[in-house]
Amino acid sequence: MDLKDKLVSSFMAFENSVDLDAPVHDVRSEAIKSFEDKGFPTKRNEAWKYTSLNTVLKHDYSVFPKQENALEYSEIKKYFIHDIDSYKIVFVNGKYSSHLSQTTHDGIDVCLMSAALTKPKYRLIIENYFNKAATKDSLSSLNTAFSQEGAYIHIPKNKVVEKPIQILHFSTGNESALMLQPRNLIVVDENSHVQIIERHQSLTENPVLTNSVTEIFTNKRAIVDYYKIQNDNHKASLIDNTFIKQKRESHASVHTFSFGGQLTRNNLNFYQEGERIDSTLKGVTIIGDKQHVDHNTLVHHIEPNCESHQDYKGIFSDKSTGVFNGKVVVDKIAQKTNAFQANNNILLSDKASINTKPQLEIFADDVKCSHGCTIGQLDESAMFYMRSRGIPEKEAKALLMFAFSNNVLDSVKIPEIKQRITKIIANKLGVNIGFDL
Amino acid sequence: MLKINDLHASVEDKAILRGINLEVKPGEVHAIMGPNGSGKSTLASVVAGKEEYEVDKGEIILNGENIDELAAEERAHKGVFLSFQYPVEIPGVSVTNFMKTAINETRKAKGLDDMPANEMLKMIREKSELLEIDRKFLSRSLNEGFSGGEKKRNEIFQMAMLEPKLAILDETDSGLDIDALRIVANGVNKLKSKDNAVIVITHYQRLLDYIVPDYVHVLYNGRIVKSGTKELAHELEEKGYDWIKEEINA
Repeated sequence: MDLKDKLVSSFMAFENSVDLDAPVHDVRSEAIKSFEDKGFPTKRNEAWKYTSLNTVLKHDYSVFPKQENALEYSEIKKYFIHDIDSYKIVFVNGKYSSHLSQTTHDGIDVCLMSAALTKPKYRLIIENYFNKAATKDSLSSLNTAFSQEGAYIHIPKNKVVEKPIQILHFSTGNESALMLQPRNLIVVDENSHVQIIERHQSLTENPVLTNSVTEIFTNKRAIVDYYKIQNDNHKASLIDNTFIKQKRESHASVHTFSFGGQLTRNNLNFYQEGERIDSTLKGVTIIGDKQHVDHNTLVHHIEPNCESHQDYKGIFSDKSTGVFNGKVVVDKIAQKTNAFQANNNILLSDKASINTKPQLEIFADDVKCSHGCTIGQLDESAMFYMRSRGIPEKEAKALLMFAFSNNVLDSVKIPEIKQRITKIIANKLGVNIGFDL
Repeated sequence: MLKINDLHASVEDKAILRGINLEVKPGEVHAIMGPNGSGKSTLASVVAGKEEYEVDKGEIILNGENIDELAAEERAHKGVFLSFQYPVEIPGVSVTNFMKTAINETRKAKGLDDMPANEMLKMIREKSELLEIDRKFLSRSLNEGFSGGEKKRNEIFQMAMLEPKLAILDETDSGLDIDALRIVANGVNKLKSKDNAVIVITHYQRLLDYIVPDYVHVLYNGRIVKSGTKELAHELEEKGYDWIKEEINA
């Protein structure tokens, strides 16, 4: 049985296993129909032209999370940003791990999707927000159909959440192959500010496929900074579907650091539903071997006087492949839009490749929209210059790559994240960089 | 210090150096002059270890060791420094971080620990004062948006930081106004000692008024065709290179 059939036929059993109230039940039933109709996307689908799911779909995934496998904090500490005080929502093999987590209901809700979907006190938020940003595409629909666990974060108005929130997913290889479908809902009310860090980590060589959906709502003047650290092992694949709806004067930023995984697809969608909104999408991708990273972004400018900034850097070695597909839509009414997009790439090997495609659909006439993409090699004259100063080849290369990624790292607001990313990059390049960037 | 024996080098099968012989002793300043395309910059790059150039014949001996096969960074670790004619812009790497990395990598190659931060700062302060470099300048991206003069001053600042045994200044005077020229030359003179040596590559006599050479060599068609003292530079300034070409061709 292929994965699609397996998922569709499992749906009934899944529905029976969870205790649900009517509205979400209907949403799920509709979603599984949508997935059944569409199936997994193939290369015939324009948005998936350069990314094939064939290899990752062929495994016989277990699709229901079993009981949590006990993990000790000491075993996984290194995957946390542990040098800062933070809230933590931790899942092991798709199940919530209370002893690794630190949630709260003190003025803000940092807790679980499973609780939010069942407890009456969250009902209003669920009715107003759940599945209201996610699109009806097949993968998001699939996630919606099986949505049960994930992070639920609600920040009421006028709260600056001092501690960042870390959402971590571990898989321990207790199944020969595991499919995970976390579902996150993040609602940030007027004037509030929150910082979130998300990471997926497989701890063994058993294949893992994660199809994640995150819906984020930033209400009036709210600020959300979201950091995705993608440095999973070579047997783990991730399809990340993130939808952000912004109300007026809100700021939302998503930084995506993609260094690991077998196949990573980031579907990142911003919808600007008000004036004077600022949206920032930044990413650094550094991959090698046969790794594949695909950034598929959308910024929809729906109202006037808004800005969006996209800046993606990619460094590809060996036989790795990258995709950048950046779509910017400016509605007719969205005058005075400023939309910037840049995608710069370095290919370190003849066998590495990148497909980059800016897609601008502009219906307003008084806008500033720019886009640019470059594909190049490492600058040989810069290499000689550095080496002639005594910096060895490997270190010189690393320094150039850091320099190349620097303006993305620059806008990271949490210094510990920046240090961690710098460390991961240095590790990946096998160098010690003797200073903080 | 440096001994070059019958050095032949080419780039993409085009012979550029056709048998260079040169000996530079500690404490000496040598000037290499010559018309465009004579091979001056190539000689500098070959000694510094640029990989595009193929050494076809001959040898480069630094302090008794043949360095032909060494990578550019290894030559740097042994005390070779090249001041670039066109310093490369490296956005995203500050002058300070670049210098820290260069110094600590050189120390690492010598089996030394990193230079303590306070010592590094002190050194940066001293050397930047020597070259009259504003401190703000040091946190800027390396060479990015620098004026011609700033780039060259920055080259000599790097030389001051790295304290090379053999410094090759490739047209350090080009693009400098008279004030910048004086600062740069003054920097080089202060760094000079009986234990190190300087090779100055230049088109013009002008720089040699400030950095006074012990020997002047004329490079033409990939060979050193004439050597002399600083008076030779004056003669070249006055008469140009045509008389030398005629002498050779005769």
